Amino acid sequence: MSTVAVPVGARTAARVVVTRSRRPATWAGATGTAALAVLALLPLFASQGFMSDLVNLFILVTLATMWNALAGYVGLVSVGQQLYIGVGAYMVLYLAQHGWEPFATVPVALLGAAVLAVPASFLVFRLSGAYFAIATWVLAQVAALFVARFASLGGGTGTAVPGLDGFGATNLLHDYYWLSLGVTALSVLGVYLLLRSRLGLVLTAVRDNEIGARSVGSRVMLAKRAVYILAAAGCAGAGTALAISQLEVEPSNVFNVQWTAYMIFAVLIGGIGTIEGPVIGAIAFFVLQQTLANYDVWYLIILGAVAMGMAIWARQGLWGLFTSKVPVHFFPVGYYVHGYKDYKS
Amino acid sequence: MTFVNAVVQGLLLGGLFALFACGLSLMFGVMEVINLAHGDVAVAAVYLALSLIAVTHIPAIWVFVLVVPVFVVGGYFGQRFFVQRSLDSGPVTTLLVTFGLSVVLENVLLEVYSANSQSLNIGSLVSDSVQVSSQISLPYLSMIFLGTAVVALSIVHLFLTRTATGRMVRAVADDREAAQMVGADYRHLFGVAAAMASGTVALAGLALGMYTSVTPSSGPSYLLYGFAAVVIGGLGSLWGTLIGGMTLGLATTVGSLVDPDFGSMLPYLVFLAVLAVRPRGLFPKKALI
Repeated sequence: MSTVAVPVGARTAARVVVTRSRRPATWAGATGTAALAVLALLPLFASQGFMSDLVNLFILVTLATMWNALAGYVGLVSVGQQLYIGVGAYMVLYLAQHGWEPFATVPVALLGAAVLAVPASFLVFRLSGAYFAIATWVLAQVAALFVARFASLGGGTGTAVPGLDGFGATNLLHDYYWLSLGVTALSVLGVYLLLRSRLGLVLTAVRDNEIGARSVGSRVMLAKRAVYILAAAGCAGAGTALAISQLEVEPSNVFNVQWTAYMIFAVLIGGIGTIEGPVIGAIAFFVLQQTLANYDVWYLIILGAVAMGMAIWARQGLWGLFTSKVPVHFFPVGYYVHGYKDYKS
Repeated sequence: MTFVNAVVQGLLLGGLFALFACGLSLMFGVMEVINLAHGDVAVAAVYLALSLIAVTHIPAIWVFVLVVPVFVVGGYFGQRFFVQRSLDSGPVTTLLVTFGLSVVLENVLLEVYSANSQSLNIGSLVSDSVQVSSQISLPYLSMIFLGTAVVALSIVHLFLTRTATGRMVRAVADDREAAQMVGADYRHLFGVAAAMASGTVALAGLALGMYTSVTPSSGPSYLLYGFAAVVIGGLGSLWGTLIGGMTLGLATTVGSLVDPDFGSMLPYLVFLAVLAVRPRGLFPKKALI
């Protein structure tokens, strides 16, 4: 918690105090750290089946967090984030085929996706709204068709990631469990730190009113590009976890628009425009997915219908509905001004 | 000569893409909505046709007589009770809701009809053609598609220019508030536009089902083709979709000369190139007609 004393105008002798949260955020931070520690130590006592389920949940949380950063804060409705899932997965595959240790490729894959996102952003940022959405989707389609042309990368049917045999099943599971947990923690932390930064102020301003933000001279374009690049790296992180946990990379899987459906549904259900919302939404999505596992794709039909309903009638999502009753914020990114009473008197 | 043949086939194939684009262009031109479920609606038309053929034994080439009215009525009520509600809460909501509809529709089709690929059986018509020279042949089916596209576009054009309701639709598209002041019920008119869009996309779906086989997950790629035709032809320009469709058809058949995979990739590359150079399309128009 940071406290800043700000003098307001020469005519008032009273001072107001600006804080990042209404209550000390330390307990929330402590809870978060404790939860992360428990999750990190889980391989010591949890069953293997539970852990591989959690890997899928972590991937979902990462994707939802990244899509929320794009759509929830800077209004970029991307339908093509599967592009970067694929880029991450294929960079793992390509480097592993060239003798790299698969886990060592992860930072390179994240960096590679971020670098690729720069020229891509210049193309898709020429467009807005539905055009932006479709252009991102087309880019992902082109990438899928492009990599399928390389027989060495498995062509259209995909191929196994080499170098994963030596680990032993249990060790490998533990390793990619920690990998996906790390990617998720970094994604959520990354969005949190970005929002706390100077640029974060621009992001929340754009979320609330883009034209207003522009008119006071905010560097909206820079903020949008920063978020787009961060989201590319985050989705690539999910892609690396996907490639290693599934032991193979297949273009019709990693570049599937279904991932975008997962992201959008999780964010809409959890609540768009908050850090907590996508996490809650991903958990809700995951629980329903597991509960209805025996009923084919009905989980997706139900989640889609619920997400559409919430988009129309309950934009704040589950987290928003909760915080409207219980004012609690795990991630203090706002500003609160105290001392109005002194100011008035 | 194979190149010339590819060009001829590509131009004829443009009719199919234009049918997909027509409804998208209309929806965007009138209410600035891009329906991301457009391709899935077309695929749903194929599956409805299959069910209707199984019950009535109507010849596949005439099944549109039954399917199109269903989609016209469905389009009107879908707009009034579903899309309109999302329109009222902003353009982002519309995008998200139509994307959700796309996923739901695709998976419902998957549950009901399985993932097997199916097509509408039209007998020998699928391969019959007129032999123009030793190298060039004109398939009847492609010519029917192009003819259907021209007729469908003409009907939409005549409706918008020659009927009172059509003029009101254009008025609402130009300036909704001014049109409302003279008594236009924009919700009803949006419904009318959506009904026409839905009817044309059902036609497009049936044409697709005759031309090739479809699966429940075929929808999104045809949404992208249709959208590409709209953008290349010029946003909101109804006849531009025919030019856009032909450009895409050309890209498909000429790309396939290199190899079949490149044939499905080249239309996207042309689309991205147009977006990068002229985002408002090659022949932008300010008004619908």
